[in-house]
Amino acid sequence: MAYSDKVIDHYTNPRNVGTLDKSSHKVGTGLVGAPECGDVMRLQIQVDDNNIITDAKFKTFGCGSAIASSSLATEWLKGKSVDDAMKIDNMDIVEELALPPVKIHCSVLAEDAIKAAINDFRVKNGMEPFVLEKSHH
Amino acid sequence: MNIPIYLDNNATTPMDPRVLEAMLPYFNEKFGNAASRNHPFGWVAEEGVDYAREQVAKLIGATEKEIIFTSGATESDNLAIKGVFEMYKEKGNHIITSVTEHKAVLDACKHVEKLGGRVTYLPVKEDGLIDLAELEAAMTSETILVSIMYGNNEIGVIQPIKEMAAIAHKYGALFMTDATQAVGKIPVNVIADGIDLLALSAHKMYGPKGVGALYVRRKGPRVKVTAQMDGGGHERGMRSGTLNVPGIVGLGKACELAGLEMESEAKRLSALRDKLQSALTVLEESYVNGNVEHRLPHVANISFKYVEGEGLMMAMKDLAVSSGSACTSASLEPSYVLKSLGLSDDLAHSSIRFGLGRFTTEEEIDYAIEITKKSVNHLRELSPLWEMFKEGIDLDSIEWAEH
Repeated sequence: MAYSDKVIDHYTNPRNVGTLDKSSHKVGTGLVGAPECGDVMRLQIQVDDNNIITDAKFKTFGCGSAIASSSLATEWLKGKSVDDAMKIDNMDIVEELALPPVKIHCSVLAEDAIKAAINDFRVKNGMEPFVLEKSHH
Repeated sequence: MNIPIYLDNNATTPMDPRVLEAMLPYFNEKFGNAASRNHPFGWVAEEGVDYAREQVAKLIGATEKEIIFTSGATESDNLAIKGVFEMYKEKGNHIITSVTEHKAVLDACKHVEKLGGRVTYLPVKEDGLIDLAELEAAMTSETILVSIMYGNNEIGVIQPIKEMAAIAHKYGALFMTDATQAVGKIPVNVIADGIDLLALSAHKMYGPKGVGALYVRRKGPRVKVTAQMDGGGHERGMRSGTLNVPGIVGLGKACELAGLEMESEAKRLSALRDKLQSALTVLEESYVNGNVEHRLPHVANISFKYVEGEGLMMAMKDLAVSSGSACTSASLEPSYVLKSLGLSDDLAHSSIRFGLGRFTTEEEIDYAIEITKKSVNHLRELSPLWEMFKEGIDLDSIEWAEH
């Protein structure tokens, strides 16, 4: 199976690889997936007082499409408000990266990671976590 | 050095130019049907086939009448298992095989189960070898066939064939082996090993695709299989269909070359493989899968923990290798062979198979080592699991959301 140019680009030059201080109350961390399934994503956001995501970092264990999906997610998150970030849909990632059907789960995982990071941030700051609908497998 | 470097010789091998040269006349000037008995066109084709039959037989210590040409090892496996079941089912309905066999054997056994056969799938030990005591314990008076592969395609482990054949015979069963990966790579002798049926394929030993053979013993005992295809009764009635003369000539030449060069090639390849393996296992948390002592000379299967196999192969795009990762399979399940060794799913996902071959050079191996090391280190920098491991977090203590 050939990868799309955008997957290759994100895979070769992943954006925003790294780690934010997960103990900071400004940082939300989402850790999703499982080693047994062959993909684990950790996505972190840093949020300022105006509810804007000022920084995003990721680390991913997984195939090229999983790495590209999380790299793209961090790119999209930076500068967005938390509310807008909640609206990122896995199908947007599928479209942008031209993922084939067998790789759609990589985009689902990225969406789950975004939402998990946002909820972690909310809980840390005394807010109720958003109730998440079951992912779109 | 040509990029990408081909290190997937267990999947298929490039054809040796000497094999191609031997085949070429049989596509045009020697185009006859080997079954045409009444004119020179047929005789010339038949001569080519007869010579190839001798070449194949010689490589495995058989006689030429014991070689049945087929379209490849998958067909040979099917013919042997289904054909023995049909021929001997009055005697018994039990077949023994193992969980690490190729799908051609496993699925042929599943087919036999649907026809009323009973199949025992022996487990393997952590190193991939079958426990002889377990084989013996599984034998019954109903057992008609034991089918165990010679060398494994994923991890290269070589089973104790001679000992297993002796156990099968002790209980009056036939012994068959899928020797696709072993023939031409290590000495295989049907007499010394006590093999009754043996499947082999041309394209795993520098011959063409679409041709293989089944060895069927003719003496002590005389083994029979029921044909699985109806037609003109070619190949002593066991495999109908006009013979693929150029392919068969190629298989013969491939066998001849393998026999001549096996000893020196095995030495050269195992030295290169060992060099690759020792350089890569210097990396932290890397593990060789399968027994390293009883192993084909050209294979190394290594898991690089905390890195996913498909992602790794994408980073090593200058190398053509394969992985036990689920992402590379149609089923989205990690390799059943690696799981049979008791490997956890995450280690199976992290495995890479390096398959060296006749045209692999030391320069290529040096480059493969460099690329692999660089890629593993790069992906570990991206891996949250590697970071956790480095921080001393026990990954088993985390409640993962399986999806």
